[in-house]
Amino acid sequence: MKRLIGWVVGVALLIAVPPLMLALGQPFYVDLVRRIMILAIAAVSLNLILGYGGMVSFGHAAYIGIGAYAVGVLGFYGVFSGWLHFLVAIAASAVVALAIGAVSIRTSGVYFIMITLAFTQMLYYLGISVAEFGGDDGMRLKRRSAFPLLDLNDPVQFYYLVLALMLVAVYLTYRIVNSRFGMVLRATRSNEARSRAIGFSPYPYRLVAFVIAGAMCGLAGALYGNHTNYITPGLMSWQQSGDIMFMVILGGMASTAGPVLGAFVLLLLEDLLSGWTEHWQVILGPLLVLSVIFFRRGLAGIFYKPDA
Amino acid sequence: MTALVFEQTLNGLQLGVMLFLMAAGLTLVLGIMNIVNLAHGSLYMVGAYLTVAAFRWTGSYLLGVALGLAGTLVVGMIVEIVVLRALYARDHLDQVLATFGLILFFNELVAIIWGRAALFASGPSWLAGHIELFTGSRYPLYRAAIIVVGLVVAVLLWYVVTRTRLGMLIRAGASNRTMVAALGVNIRLLYTLVFGFAAALAGLAGLMAGPIYNVQPGMGELILIQVFVVIVIGGIGSVRGALVGAIIVGIVDTLGRAFLKPLLGTLISPPAAESAGPALASMLIYLLMAAVLAFRPQGLFPARGG
Repeated sequence: MKRLIGWVVGVALLIAVPPLMLALGQPFYVDLVRRIMILAIAAVSLNLILGYGGMVSFGHAAYIGIGAYAVGVLGFYGVFSGWLHFLVAIAASAVVALAIGAVSIRTSGVYFIMITLAFTQMLYYLGISVAEFGGDDGMRLKRRSAFPLLDLNDPVQFYYLVLALMLVAVYLTYRIVNSRFGMVLRATRSNEARSRAIGFSPYPYRLVAFVIAGAMCGLAGALYGNHTNYITPGLMSWQQSGDIMFMVILGGMASTAGPVLGAFVLLLLEDLLSGWTEHWQVILGPLLVLSVIFFRRGLAGIFYKPDA
Repeated sequence: MTALVFEQTLNGLQLGVMLFLMAAGLTLVLGIMNIVNLAHGSLYMVGAYLTVAAFRWTGSYLLGVALGLAGTLVVGMIVEIVVLRALYARDHLDQVLATFGLILFFNELVAIIWGRAALFASGPSWLAGHIELFTGSRYPLYRAAIIVVGLVVAVLLWYVVTRTRLGMLIRAGASNRTMVAALGVNIRLLYTLVFGFAAALAGLAGLMAGPIYNVQPGMGELILIQVFVVIVIGGIGSVRGALVGAIIVGIVDTLGRAFLKPLLGTLISPPAAESAGPALASMLIYLLMAAVLAFRPQGLFPARGG
């Protein structure tokens, strides 16, 4: 019940952001919160494999890049249908996640961290070396994804689309985690030997979760491409992967609201610090170190005990 | 053509020994202390910057190198004492995140002190020339010196780890930390020393890289990811694996960048090779890693557990 009230209050606040900020003459904050919610979708998807599946993927930004490039490349060839953009973004991310997952999930621990990082880096260099799509400099979208009845060029409409999709992502993850599939996934994380002993081989469950997370993050990528209207390989940089990972940890792993909370705190903090000094990372870095050392269960841990 | 292949192979070897200096430290820290240190690339950067600064200040290259190495060693030990000690009992995820925070800090700190633009680093004048290996093949003396230094360090490292008392303690600490501590060894001090030593190796790689690549904030992360590939290929915790993996990755990467495009040009149309060549060359080492993992998930030289 307490959680439900938390969600209702939170969503009500998010719904109130555009009219409030436009009334105050601060449209910048509509953009900021929209960006935060897009990255929150990425963090929610990562939480599925990191928090519930115990797979420390340090390459989740790959799917943001793939989703964004799906929008950009289709637009480059004159295809502007939003449905097609989003479908291709999700499908392409799922396929790449299947390929990366199939190799990476054979390993565990430090190897898994390094391999997911290395594969994402590979895609990053691929993005840099394909000169046709802008290479290192990236490329501007010709037009945003086109939907019937919905105009992404209108910041407020786009904002509410992102909000709705974020809620769908949160709900979907919640349902997955509490399904039979999700229970097996959580079991393989908490005790791999036992889950094997009762007849569940972890590999296929982990792989499917990895693919779902990749696909969901691909959707976030398609939204992000539309948000910035500009696509660069930098979307796939390892710093971006680290940022998403931090949102999950800061908010609280394996909790429903954690990643969303983490995304808001981290990105609002970044915004605050960067408004203060150009060298904000010199402050953010130590803050991250301190939060890891002293803040073990994340922000969600303050409000309630994380699931699982 | 032969001269070009020969020269590029030497370049690959030169990249390989630098990767080895990084990978050896990282794999020791990982294998012995069980710490994933993403900030290893930052120590490489710190080594490069400190040496450039010390070289400018003293005017002597050797003095600059000595101060740069000592400085990196001290920075490494401070990082171990202040941050990593709190993380030994944590899982790898926490270590990744904390050292990720350290990277942000170091990159920005360097940008504050020396600016974001790349610094010009020069090697010593007595290494400026070329050597003639055989008729018609000249190779820069500086790069040749890097290869020699790297191989000498590799031999020293092998000697220290397998033939000395310190190396014995390091290996013992890797297999059973509690037991070594119970036998009266100051394991905390040992860890700090090992980490400082690994930092100095990274600093050595960084200061040698200075005159060849750019000295700029973020330079460490470029090489760090390649070092991860080296470690995954070689096997975590294995110095021998780090050496073999580093040489393989160095040579494959360098030869791929040099010859893949002309080679593809003979197979497919030259314009297609023009765009596919560089893309494939930059992905080559990751594909190699995937291939190695498909057959040997623990790397080529898996070290004992722990």
